[in-house]
Amino acid sequence: MDELVEKIKKIFAEEKLELLIGYTKGTLPLRATPIFIESADDADKLIFDFTCHNNLAKYLLDEKKRGGDIRKVGIIAKGCDARAVVQLVVEGQFEREKVVIIGVPCEGVIDPGKLRKELSGREIKNFEINGDRTTLLGNGFELELDMSELFSDSCLSCRYPNAPQYDYFIGEPAEPIGVRNEYTSVDEFEKKSPDERWTYFEREYSKCIRCYACRNACPFCYCEECFVDRSTPRWTGKGNDLSDTIIFHIVRVLHTAGRCVDCGACAAACPLNIDIRMLGKRVEKEVKERFGFTAGLDFETQPAMATFNENDKEEFIM
Amino acid sequence: MKDFEPKIMTFLCNWCSYAGADLAGVSRIQYPPNTRVIRVPCSGRVNPLFILKCLQDGYAGVLVSGCHPGDCHYISGNYVARRKFAILKTALEFMGIEPGRVQFSWVSAGEGEKFSQVISKVTESVKVLGPARKLVKSTNSFVSSGKVD
Repeated sequence: MDELVEKIKKIFAEEKLELLIGYTKGTLPLRATPIFIESADDADKLIFDFTCHNNLAKYLLDEKKRGGDIRKVGIIAKGCDARAVVQLVVEGQFEREKVVIIGVPCEGVIDPGKLRKELSGREIKNFEINGDRTTLLGNGFELELDMSELFSDSCLSCRYPNAPQYDYFIGEPAEPIGVRNEYTSVDEFEKKSPDERWTYFEREYSKCIRCYACRNACPFCYCEECFVDRSTPRWTGKGNDLSDTIIFHIVRVLHTAGRCVDCGACAAACPLNIDIRMLGKRVEKEVKERFGFTAGLDFETQPAMATFNENDKEEFIM
Repeated sequence: MKDFEPKIMTFLCNWCSYAGADLAGVSRIQYPPNTRVIRVPCSGRVNPLFILKCLQDGYAGVLVSGCHPGDCHYISGNYVARRKFAILKTALEFMGIEPGRVQFSWVSAGEGEKFSQVISKVTESVKVLGPARKLVKSTNSFVSSGKVD
């Protein structure tokens, strides 16, 4: 950890950073929280480990919305954060010159949703880690788990644990922890009958309370006014009618098609542990296979849905 | 469901498909009366949300028709639309919505005959599917409840 702090201090001076977005220890065990550092002296508070699940690219947009001159921002970036930053730059949301991407090797982060599920309402006071196993200690209980049971689903199928584009890289590049085919869950699910699939999605989305945490956590949901909030015209009902809710989820996926970097921020933010990634992952697969595009890998390629190819397949059109 | 007459929402681009429909009309070509036409400037104008909204309101099917690739009045509107529709179709089918509910076609201003064939084909396939059940908003299904013609 000292290496991180030391190097950040150096980068701070070298790049004349005015703001650094990173992680610090949270108030609860196994939770890290974003920190905004304006002077190199505060760099001692920085950490980076498997608890740092937030996608920090989201905060670049807040810096932009702050008004006034945009400061020079350094950002600690796992593979997915870095891809989100790249995608935001490609979309013209942030100037490349104003952001310094500081890559860190990511060996998977834990999903607070999964942790919540495992604890089912109980609180932990402490934890111990032994290789791949972890023991969660609380009042009157001990829970021993495999670390992979707590890792985010995105991490378990991650192809880019290291930033594909960066200005600095601290540490040795990590190997992806996901050895499986990243679309296994999607392919398995697709073998079910259409009615079974529909029932699954209806059941999942019926849990939704329309808190929009998934939207607010997503680095790509930066519309000034979201279509669900609009009243003229009113696109969807604002209640928790299932049909309206499903439309919200479909459109959210359509809007992030070809832009989603599968960081899992939406799934981690969901207080009801809805399977938000499934539909998005299928669309991501289609974008990759049909248009040959993967979001956030370089600064030059135009996003799939912002461009076209005259020879795109059109087998579905009469 | 033998005598089910579906209502099908049809988005036609102003420059090709709408003119194609017009040609079918003036040429007295017969086709099923199940479609309701909305004229749009370009197939690229069709937001996937329009299509979802139609399904939500109880339309049994939705057809979007535009100019053939290369013929777009706005040069590239239908190319962009094609990408959007491919993604929408993937998402809907993955969720378990019948593929025939949402269909797309290219019809030029000279293809009155093709227009009638497309409408017949879409109507037939939607008839087989029966009334929409998935995604329909129960309290607001003016179409399925027969309040709107």
